Amino acid sequence: MSILVDKNTRVLTQGITGATGQLHTRACKEYGTKMVGGVVPGKGGTDFEGIPIFDTVEQARKSTGCNATVIYVPPAFAADAMLEAAAAGIELVICITEGVPILDMVKVKAYLAGTKSRLIGPNCPGIITPGECKIGIMPGYIHKPGDIGVVSRSGTLTYEAVYQLTQLGIGQSTCIGIGGDPIVGTTHIDALKLFNEDPKTRAVIMIGEIGGTAEEEAAKYIKQYFKKPVVAFIAGQTAPKGRRMGHAGAIISGGRGTAADKIAALKAAGITVAMSPADLGSTMKSVLAGKN
Amino acid sequence: MNIHEYQAKQVLARFGVPVPKGQFATTPDEAAAAFTALGQPKAVAKAQIHAGGRGKAGGVKLLTAASEVRDFAAKLLGKPLVTHQTGPEGRVVRRVYIEEASDVARELYLGMLVDRKAGMVSVIASTEGGMDIEEVAARTPEKIFTESINPLLGVAGFQARNIAFALGLKDKQVGQFAALLASLYRAFIETDASLIEINPLVVTTDGRLICLDAKMSFDDNGLFRHPDIRELRDANEEDPAETEAAKYDLSYVHLDGNIGCMVNGAGLAMATMDIVKIYGAEPANFLDVGGGASTEKVAAAFRILLADKRVKGVLINIFGGIMRCDVLAQGVVEAARQVKLNVPLVVRMEGTNVVEGKKILADSGIKVVTATDMADAARRIVKEIGA
Repeated sequence: MSILVDKNTRVLTQGITGATGQLHTRACKEYGTKMVGGVVPGKGGTDFEGIPIFDTVEQARKSTGCNATVIYVPPAFAADAMLEAAAAGIELVICITEGVPILDMVKVKAYLAGTKSRLIGPNCPGIITPGECKIGIMPGYIHKPGDIGVVSRSGTLTYEAVYQLTQLGIGQSTCIGIGGDPIVGTTHIDALKLFNEDPKTRAVIMIGEIGGTAEEEAAKYIKQYFKKPVVAFIAGQTAPKGRRMGHAGAIISGGRGTAADKIAALKAAGITVAMSPADLGSTMKSVLAGKN
Repeated sequence: MNIHEYQAKQVLARFGVPVPKGQFATTPDEAAAAFTALGQPKAVAKAQIHAGGRGKAGGVKLLTAASEVRDFAAKLLGKPLVTHQTGPEGRVVRRVYIEEASDVARELYLGMLVDRKAGMVSVIASTEGGMDIEEVAARTPEKIFTESINPLLGVAGFQARNIAFALGLKDKQVGQFAALLASLYRAFIETDASLIEINPLVVTTDGRLICLDAKMSFDDNGLFRHPDIRELRDANEEDPAETEAAKYDLSYVHLDGNIGCMVNGAGLAMATMDIVKIYGAEPANFLDVGGGASTEKVAAAFRILLADKRVKGVLINIFGGIMRCDVLAQGVVEAARQVKLNVPLVVRMEGTNVVEGKKILADSGIKVVTATDMADAARRIVKEIGA
């Protein structure tokens, strides 16, 4: 079982003819994802390796019955692509694009609140339910079907966590990269709520990083409502204040958003925190064995 | 991206935000001329650096004659000014701003920023102008007033009134404030700002509202829409290594340790710094080479890392998803030859084509220690440098 995506998910690619769009549409299709269409304004009626291309998301949805879309368009056009997907009624919108202006995200978030669409990202690796559906840029082969949910603000650090789990023989239900930007569509709490209701997710790895207070809020939520074990890691214990660490959202500002604060909040909520990124898998293993 | 106070005031003035008249000077004579040009009995001279706390550090002074302005500018220009935000080395003052002095009745605080939690732009205001707002928020949170602005509506009239009355403004000032706030919001949205801070916003003795100080930061991701704002960048205020890194689309932040780190992905890069620390050493930098690092990019990253003389060893940690390990290994080998690597190098690679990648490193003849995982990599580099 899984959250949000499974073997029946029908996926559209917005920006399918760009280099990134091509590469990952192909990789997702090879993984077994139902890639049912693409959107490139002006290229409607053509196809990408047998996948039909449409001028608009609206047309694509009507023709293909897609219920998810992944966006690889450049930052200047990403907000419009997200709005178009939501306006067309696509249930799950995943924006991989890095570098979307934050004020564009403010507008997108406000607009999406009035629709039935859920946004993941931007600036994220995407979402994967191992063995069933991969949408995004993560390497498929490191995953293994199973019952651990993974939610993370990072890309490669998520791969690291997943790889450690898989090496230990622990599979994943769904892995979701929520993105490294200050404003994202789906937060840690949103993902946790879904994992809480998913009968096949047994425990969750939550990976956070410096900046903002999303992890502190997640800690409160977990303490009050979450029924399953959580192993957490916070990246940026050595990050200096006031400096942006790669991700637009990874900055300690006004003394807030430090790793120390987040770790303290998580621990106070009774969550097991791995202090080293090398211990993510092994910490989960011992939690599952009831040793923590 | 940050800009100087005088630049922020120029930007804000364009949107009709009330700021004092002023002119910047790069020499003492220009400063004296700027005073004369203002044609008023007194003026304020302010050192222009990208840091707060200038007043307390002696970088701001009320002056009453052109000769005083010349002397004060001569004292500041070309020398570092040390404030609580600059670090002990300070920042060299290259410009002085001369502006008309205001007769202040009250000092208020007005800020605008992207509020991550609300997912909106929020206005933050306080009656405690001229103070460190974070301290005010910590000690007297009841003196802080906020309104989040719906991006599809803009600042609503009632929101402006809520803040104006909370700040104790009266009569005509309420309308003045609403106009000021609307202008400020327009400036924020139309320049893709990430922060505007007016501290203090003053009420003058004759009842006018004026932005006495102004700080503006911009969203780097929005700069492509604003070539005019991008022009305001002052390279002197930025770390040259970081500027160099940006040319190659590398995300680099200089730190104080001695282990250079090269990683793909921001989260993994931070985690790598953290694990270096766990094994008893300190990272020399944050460096994210991104998803599609070419040989040229890896070589540039190496040069930047090794230009830091404190670096005693380099740790490369790559989780190849999109990036293939063989391509990375090729880049490392060529870069190590180009830059004549003379410090220990530990490489940890995992992911796509890792076997080929490791073979390329092993066959290259360069001295490289390969690690099996992150912990092993950190342990080995710390051992190699003998920390």
